[in-house]
Amino acid sequence: MKVAIAVFPGSNCDRDTLHVLRNVVKTDADLLWHREPDLDRYDAVILPGGFSYGDYLRAGVIGAFSPILKQVREMAREGKPVLGICNGFQILVESGLLPGALMTNLSLKFVCKWAIVKVESSRTAFTGLFEEGALLNMPVAHQQGRFFIDEKELKRLVDNDQIVFSYSDAAGRKSEEANPNGSLANIAGICNREGNVVGLMPHPERASEPILSPFQSQDGLLIFRSMLNHLKNA
Amino acid sequence: MTKKENPELQLGLTEGEKRTLRKRLGREPNALEWAMVDAEWSEHCSYKSSKPVLKQLPTKGRYVLLGPGFDAGAIDAGDGYVVTIHIESHNHPSAIDPYGGSATGIGGVIRDILSIGTRPIALLDSLRFGDIRSSANSRWLFKNVVRGISDYGNCIGVPTVGGEVGFDPSFEKNCLVDVVCIGLGKKENMVLAEARNSGDSVILMGGSTGRDGIHGVTFASKVLSDESENERSAVQIPSPFVKKLIIEATLEAVATGHVKGLKDLGGGGLTCGISEMAHEGKRGIDVDVSRIPLRESDMSAVETLISESQERMLFVVEHGYESEIEKIFDKYDILHANIGRVTEKDYLVVKKGEAILADMPVETVTEAPIIQRSASKPRHIDTLRGVAPPQQPLDLSETLLTLLASPTIASKRWIYEQYDHEVGVRTVVKPGQSGASVLRLDNGKLLAITVDGNPKHCYLDPYHGAAGGLAEACRNIISVGGEPVAMVDHCQFGDPGDPEVFWTFSESVRGMSDYGRELGLPCVGGKVSFYNEDVAAGSAIKPSPIVAVIGLIEDASHIRRAAPRNEGDRIVIIGNTKPEMGGSEYYEYVHKLTGGEAPKVDFAAEKRLWKTVLEGIRKGLIDAASDCSEGGLAVALAEMTIAGGRGVQIDIDAVPSTCKRLDDLLFSESHGRLVVSVAEKHVKSLVELAERNGVPCGVIGVVKGNSLIIKSGGREAVSLSLKNVRESWSEAIPSYMGEKQ
Repeated sequence: MKVAIAVFPGSNCDRDTLHVLRNVVKTDADLLWHREPDLDRYDAVILPGGFSYGDYLRAGVIGAFSPILKQVREMAREGKPVLGICNGFQILVESGLLPGALMTNLSLKFVCKWAIVKVESSRTAFTGLFEEGALLNMPVAHQQGRFFIDEKELKRLVDNDQIVFSYSDAAGRKSEEANPNGSLANIAGICNREGNVVGLMPHPERASEPILSPFQSQDGLLIFRSMLNHLKNA
Repeated sequence: MTKKENPELQLGLTEGEKRTLRKRLGREPNALEWAMVDAEWSEHCSYKSSKPVLKQLPTKGRYVLLGPGFDAGAIDAGDGYVVTIHIESHNHPSAIDPYGGSATGIGGVIRDILSIGTRPIALLDSLRFGDIRSSANSRWLFKNVVRGISDYGNCIGVPTVGGEVGFDPSFEKNCLVDVVCIGLGKKENMVLAEARNSGDSVILMGGSTGRDGIHGVTFASKVLSDESENERSAVQIPSPFVKKLIIEATLEAVATGHVKGLKDLGGGGLTCGISEMAHEGKRGIDVDVSRIPLRESDMSAVETLISESQERMLFVVEHGYESEIEKIFDKYDILHANIGRVTEKDYLVVKKGEAILADMPVETVTEAPIIQRSASKPRHIDTLRGVAPPQQPLDLSETLLTLLASPTIASKRWIYEQYDHEVGVRTVVKPGQSGASVLRLDNGKLLAITVDGNPKHCYLDPYHGAAGGLAEACRNIISVGGEPVAMVDHCQFGDPGDPEVFWTFSESVRGMSDYGRELGLPCVGGKVSFYNEDVAAGSAIKPSPIVAVIGLIEDASHIRRAAPRNEGDRIVIIGNTKPEMGGSEYYEYVHKLTGGEAPKVDFAAEKRLWKTVLEGIRKGLIDAASDCSEGGLAVALAEMTIAGGRGVQIDIDAVPSTCKRLDDLLFSESHGRLVVSVAEKHVKSLVELAERNGVPCGVIGVVKGNSLIIKSGGREAVSLSLKNVRESWSEAIPSYMGEKQ
């Protein structure tokens, strides 16, 4: 099993994700420069966080036109696991692989803090090992992470079980205080209809080792393990 | 400052310096040569006033690989790893363009770390502003400096893991923006800024050269005035996206082993780059201006050679391997040009095609004449020492709440939440958890870092104020379990031509030097920034030496934070509290009083404190630790209760002290102290350890309940609910900025 991490000019969580996959999850993973894509050899692909193309114009919009996206689309179509973290989520949304939009935070400011993230669906390629309703500690770090979608499409997301993660408080309530960016319905992550393409704003790679967590937790790790588990069973 | 010869060039050279240059060359320099020497001899590039003073600082130590004089200091972190550190300020640019100025300040210090061949892994900032409560200008500067740091640092993927912010009316016009950058790399990949082998190619890489930042160093070497607004073109334009590509391309190039010299282009631009690399390598450099990629085609050679356009690096590449390196730059779509080569003869030659435009011996350019400045003690120092103390307030609970809401003391969450402090997956002790941050290194060791400085103390006593900033930084390192191994300093003062300013600068450096020598802490680099003055207001900033200290932690189990973790744990203060109230937040913020005796540093006592606390941590006796600085013991206790979410009950009479007044005891900013929490079963051992080391210590209370209670003579002198304490502290800055949180 081999995982690819796409590297765009301006990606900055690529090496962090590689570290977690190789040294913590202990699986095969490579960094792939966006212009020399060779995704055929890989079983899954992760679009990491960062500022692809400096987030000029709009976060993720230029990255969506990068050469590697063509193959990412193919993988998505083939049902292989595709994960977008933070800027990667923005790219997936901009490329149409996931619905909705990620707008500037309600505070108009960048926000970096630990949030509580509730697992809403365990049917995806990245959440199979979670129980629905589980609460995870994970940090967010973004300026454009406020998920938005129109009412009709939101209903479709709900009906199709496409909401994967939401911001919640310690009691599991989706309160306004628990929402770090003003996302609609506290949405933190979604998936495509098939459940193989997932995007989320929080950073699981930053929450995979107890030493880095204020709660000595490693809740993010299960997202990567779920992916491996999904591949094993596929 | 005369402008006779070339009015359009705005030369900053003095008449004496002009005579020296003519004499050295034996002829009249041409316009380009004037401009190049003007840049290189600016205070900013040459340290011509400060060099004789800075010599006092100790620079040798067990871990030191590179000391002052290089682009960054370097520390041996063991197992083949090297940690680099540098500090830069961007005060003048930030004062007129806070967003662009602070962003390019980060850009500059990042390139210094990169120049050694190490990857930037962390940033810290030390910021100073005027009174954000009363001044809209200060709020504007504060908001946009933070936004500049946030946008730039976040984009390049280097976490901003800590820092400090202080407020004082003397920074109303001249805000200070200091940025510390930490790098990590392999010893075998280290590169220096040198051109050693003739025949090697000189390759300029990064952004194109434009008109921004022209005369930046000359601008930085002047005081601010109303006309400074018109010098906005002297502020460079930031491009974090290009910088991110430069970081990756540079490190990839360095890894090939064919990069023989590397320097960032910052102050003084290409002139400074080629002259310093030639000087270090004892060779010459020929450059051809017609090969330099320009942003505007009609730029003159003068503009090209002194432009400080951002995001440029100068590579000396082993002859024969140019295309291998250029291929890497192409991969990242970064502009590059082979602009010249290293020559045997130690001359700097600037050509345009075949025409020679400038031709000067390297030493003529790099050896700026030293200026001997006169120094005299400012009159205010003796006058202010004798100021009458204020009346003790009736309600000390209220006083403590006021202090907690002082911008200097209040929570900085509003700032650090705008910074990505997690990227890089290294940040173990995070902003807000302690006075220092802790990063994980690749060899399993941990690095503690902090930055500190106290201009209010320095104003009253520059010697002890500067030494005290260093002592405080070291205590912050110790409080997280780190052994301090090196420091970098940044001295920020007014016009060095003013003898009182120069005396203050000299005393500050003497204070830091003495501390460094007594405690065995080497200085591995630093910067000096003069001319932080405002002509309109006719006043200089309070003297602001800033220091960053790094420490090593061998074992993750030795990491400590400020929050007491267990109900029933005891609170112990280690060190003596003295009535040293001058420059305290209590005097300055609560009583609006400047004066009195500023805290003094007892070097031997600091050393004993280091030993005791580190031993107490390593033996597992100390569970949490916090430095006791701005706001004194009362604020330290309040911050510990907030961090831990638990109340404390304190008997202030148990504090080892020579104070006669209760307010002095609560709010004195005496050095040499740390407050720790200790499990009851370890109290005896810790007290014995302190006694063995000759350090005064007092068991002053217990972690308990939901209130902060401080008793004196059996009476509750301070009694506040945790909620009350937390609200004052955490809501202050958002509310001054017109936001609710």
